[in-house]
Amino acid sequence: MEMLHAEGIRKSFGHLEVLRDVSLTANKGDVISLIGGSGSGKSTFLRCLNCLEHPTGGEIRVDGEAIAFRPDGNGNMEPASKAQMRRIRSRLAMVFQSFNLWSHMTLIENVIEAPIHVLGVERRQAVDEGLRLLERVGLYDKRDVYPAFLSGGQQQRGAIARALAVQPVAMLFDEPTSALDPELVGEVLKVIRELAEEGRTMILVTHEMSFAREVSSQVLFLHGGRVEEAGAPAEVFGNPTSQRLARFLGNLN
Amino acid sequence: MLVGLMRSLTIAFGAFALGLVIGVAGALGKLGGGGATRQALDLYTTIVRSVPELVLILIVYFAGADLINGVLTAFGQEKIDFNGAVAGIVVLAVVQGAYSTEVIRGAILSIPYGQIEAAHAYGMSPWLTLRRVTLPALLPFALPGLSNLWLIAMKDTALLAVLGFGELTQVTRQAAGTTKAYFTFFIAAGGMYLLATMLSNLLSRRLEAWATKGVAHV
Repeated sequence: MEMLHAEGIRKSFGHLEVLRDVSLTANKGDVISLIGGSGSGKSTFLRCLNCLEHPTGGEIRVDGEAIAFRPDGNGNMEPASKAQMRRIRSRLAMVFQSFNLWSHMTLIENVIEAPIHVLGVERRQAVDEGLRLLERVGLYDKRDVYPAFLSGGQQQRGAIARALAVQPVAMLFDEPTSALDPELVGEVLKVIRELAEEGRTMILVTHEMSFAREVSSQVLFLHGGRVEEAGAPAEVFGNPTSQRLARFLGNLN
Repeated sequence: MLVGLMRSLTIAFGAFALGLVIGVAGALGKLGGGGATRQALDLYTTIVRSVPELVLILIVYFAGADLINGVLTAFGQEKIDFNGAVAGIVVLAVVQGAYSTEVIRGAILSIPYGQIEAAHAYGMSPWLTLRRVTLPALLPFALPGLSNLWLIAMKDTALLAVLGFGELTQVTRQAAGTTKAYFTFFIAAGGMYLLATMLSNLLSRRLEAWATKGVAHV
């Protein structure tokens, strides 16, 4: 079952073409990793999926519903209906590189914020569910703590709980471990791995190659705004056909 | 004199609150508005912050009243008598609004942008983002500046004495003039301002402690 589909996404910043033609289809339970060097366009592509960046061209379908676009006056496209965009965004949970938890809210308040104020869930129900999710990411005892008093790994696990709370159609991870100290990476990857195992649909921009190889159902290697190579992780990592990918992987090892 | 004090505090509070509303709107306009909005707001904050407050108060009060009455007469309406607390509040709010615009604009810029982006990413509307994320998140950055503004609002009410409002300073002057006990009355008035300031400081410290509970103190 198709959860998220993007077709021919293009994105330019002025004269700079960042994405030339990137497509992706995520079916239920797929874990798709986007890899590539910096400037390859992988984060921009991810941010086009929930329109944090306005794409220049292309189509996006979420849970079978196509996002309606119109010209935004800067040469890009903006969502034609803000209400539709908000509805779709609320089901595409994003986990950011720098966590972006709301600093004036405790952990549990962060988790229940979108369910209550965007999705209209009853408070008691949102809190019950939120506590269950915090328990799941190992932060139940930190539920009343403000983000600034938590480690990076704890904040990111909290951000994942916040993402799970909206019962997402698909989860978007934008380099979720890149801002973490090395010793904290493992605890976050462990949570993401568990989500992959339980069949969550996820799009993951990452620099953690061995992790991508292990959890992904599909890997896309982006270079210069195009998908240079795509396939099952064993093929992409074990037997790269493009020279650029071979070099990219070689430089990492 | 207590009546005068109450009147001063009422005007100060009204002007401060109205100024805050102007400030939030002004800050949002400066940060997110179009070119024309931004230029108009720049003009407003620059003029108000460079002209002495006393002059400004006279300008807004007399010129503003003339303008409004001119419009009213043109439409065949009765003239309004611009006396009393409401006029004082409006006049001071124009001054306060310019300063709060800058305080709040700075505070919004201090919020890590990712938090606002996260609000968008989770489907919050602009209004919901403002109410649930931007405004509460800017408080820790804005409160020191805003409590300063509140103190200034309180003392600026004294300038309204030139317009003949019966606020604390005006009342004191009258009482002192009648009884010739200048020293006693003005010391008493000074004491009242001092007391009000001290109470305000206490309150703003509490407020700040509450607003910064999510901020790690290193």
